[in-house]
Amino acid sequence: MRGSLAIAHAVAAPAVTTMAAAGVQRAAWLLIAFPLAGAVVLLLGGRRTNRWGHLLGVAMPVAAFVYGVIAFFAMLGYPAGQRGRDLHVYSWIAVGAFKVNVGLQLDQLSISFVLLITGVGSLIHIFAVGYMASDPERRRFFGYMNLFLASMLLLVLADNYLLLYAGWEGVGLASYLLIGFWQFKPTAAVAAKKAFIANRVGDAGLSLAIMLMFTTFGTVSFSGVFSRPGSAGSGVLTAIGLLLLLGACGKSAQLPLQSWLLDAMEGPTPVSALIHAATMVTAGVYLIVRSAPIFNLSPNARLAVTVVGAATLLFGAIIGCAKDDIKKALAGSTMSQIGYMMLAAGLGPAGYVFAIAHLIAHGFFKAGLFLGAGSVKHEMDDEVDMRRFGGLRSVMPVTFVTFTLGYLAIIGVPPLSGFFTKDAIIEAAFAKGGTSGAILGGAALLGAGITAFYMTRVMFMTFFGERRWAESAHPHEAPPVMTSPMVILAVGSVGAGGFLILGNRFMNFLSPLVGAPPVSRGLFTTAGIASLVLVVAGVAIAWAMYGRRPVPAVAPAGRFPVVAARKDLYGDAFNESVLMRPGQWLTRLSVYFDNRGVDGLVNTLAATVGGSSGRMRRLQTGFVRSYALSMFVGAVLLVGALLLVRI
Amino acid sequence: MSPGHFVALAVILFVIGAVGVLVRRNAMVVFMCVELMLNAVNLAFVAFARMHGALDGQVIAFFVMVVAAAEVVVGLAILMSIFRTRQSASVDDPNLLKY
Repeated sequence: MRGSLAIAHAVAAPAVTTMAAAGVQRAAWLLIAFPLAGAVVLLLGGRRTNRWGHLLGVAMPVAAFVYGVIAFFAMLGYPAGQRGRDLHVYSWIAVGAFKVNVGLQLDQLSISFVLLITGVGSLIHIFAVGYMASDPERRRFFGYMNLFLASMLLLVLADNYLLLYAGWEGVGLASYLLIGFWQFKPTAAVAAKKAFIANRVGDAGLSLAIMLMFTTFGTVSFSGVFSRPGSAGSGVLTAIGLLLLLGACGKSAQLPLQSWLLDAMEGPTPVSALIHAATMVTAGVYLIVRSAPIFNLSPNARLAVTVVGAATLLFGAIIGCAKDDIKKALAGSTMSQIGYMMLAAGLGPAGYVFAIAHLIAHGFFKAGLFLGAGSVKHEMDDEVDMRRFGGLRSVMPVTFVTFTLGYLAIIGVPPLSGFFTKDAIIEAAFAKGGTSGAILGGAALLGAGITAFYMTRVMFMTFFGERRWAESAHPHEAPPVMTSPMVILAVGSVGAGGFLILGNRFMNFLSPLVGAPPVSRGLFTTAGIASLVLVVAGVAIAWAMYGRRPVPAVAPAGRFPVVAARKDLYGDAFNESVLMRPGQWLTRLSVYFDNRGVDGLVNTLAATVGGSSGRMRRLQTGFVRSYALSMFVGAVLLVGALLLVRI
Repeated sequence: MSPGHFVALAVILFVIGAVGVLVRRNAMVVFMCVELMLNAVNLAFVAFARMHGALDGQVIAFFVMVVAAAEVVVGLAILMSIFRTRQSASVDDPNLLKY
């Protein structure tokens, strides 16, 4: 009953059938058109639009959110088996046997993402109006943010893998533009390049998977591939699954493509909140859950997903423990939480719903935490070193309260979000059974304890203790345009998890699409109690280290684990020695070969022609008699040849 | 007196004429050797016409004579203009077209 057989006994997802979109859902292209129009106007309009650019930049996501809510309620009106709708926009590529359309698929999975992206996105756009108020390039910022939203919505709404890939590339581009928004900062430019290149490695995996799908199934549309996944051999399915995992690793900053996420904090904080917490980094999880029919049939690929998820979970948590930069600590936390989602997604139908539920809850509380960090950074003159913070709870009460609610949600204190969603994942990991289930569940439990430790460390260093501020810092509370989104996100952090998990609401919503676990769990299980114990232990250790003792203003030289964690667990060193140096040698070898070999060949050819022509021109002596001789010899040769042929 | 003898004579005359074109330095002598070659060819044509019993060879001989006459006119005109410019009749002198 346990182990890999659990898939067969789980409620398998029924065959994916979509009907044509009807009624108000026929205008679903508006979801992409609104932010795309905003981006086009703001980026092409230039400085003329500076005065009202930010207002347009906020209005477009809000309009998309309003339409998303309308489409969602229209979907709720359909019976559970008929909620998948397909909207054909136009025929894109029709070359021989390769036919790809631009079409949008509105089903339970994509509408969940649409609501998350547009809802949290609108709040972050509103926050950015205040955060970027002093930046003269604010209009360009909103243009890029709208471009990102349009691409992300295209990604989650696409009804075939090629259109998904188009959105995938678009978010990678927007991420590059936004991380390197302050181009004049060398660190930001380098970080943007690093993010883009790491993404490209993953994109290679995704494009290979799409090509493999085309050669195997003859089509790349979801309905085509998912209606007959069993027709391919298990080796091919595993290969497709592993390549999709590679793509997801690049976009979601999982091992081995995780090194770009911490550097991506060079971008403005709204970018970190939207792209690197709530939406783009979750695209990898979306890809895996969307490709559920493929993963359901290849246990090896699923195993790889869970291993990557569990390893990254611990990796990110350990890194987050040693970072003094508040944004980098939160970035390590993001890496770790997405590891949880990957772990759940790799468990198959038993875990898909929990992965998406945690994704939505995480979107709320992580965005709230990042906006809180942005508010603190904004008030402390762009200082991010937590060793220069301290005692901020009295001067920034609203930020403190919202940040605390997000903190309680992420460490999993009942009854806030994280308790329901994270414990569901831990429980599902243990329910997998066998050695793998025990290891994965144990890793997830350990991660929960470490999460509690480093988040409490962030809280104590930032908001409690004595003030270690710089001389020029006079922080006060952020303006309402920045605090109101944080308040709304805090409400989500408190309620989202319970709303989704209690009463199996989200389970009933999503499981017709992706399947459900064989047994439904109760509210307080052994794993849940164990994780609560570990959380309390983590909080207590962090309080003993950072709450009771004063925080040193200069980071103390630590022992090996701390030094390793400060260096991102040698992720950069590994990339450099394994990938960058051999790459450099290869390019140098190619340059050498090009200069000596190829150029040598061409130059030799030219020299040969020149030399031989120099010899041959000596025939032109100017003497008539020598010309006559050569004519005579030629005539003799001709006659001789003729005679030879005749004879 | 078989026609073969006439052909042999034509060959000898042709070779003498060819060698003369290649060896002699005076332009007039070169022209005269060219004439010798043409006459040798005429002789050969007529002898072959006799051998085959057809008249084609004799007709071609007429053509060759006309061509020889025209060629002499043009050649001598060129030789005259060169001689007036250079005061020399040697074929080795005008060698300005060398590399």
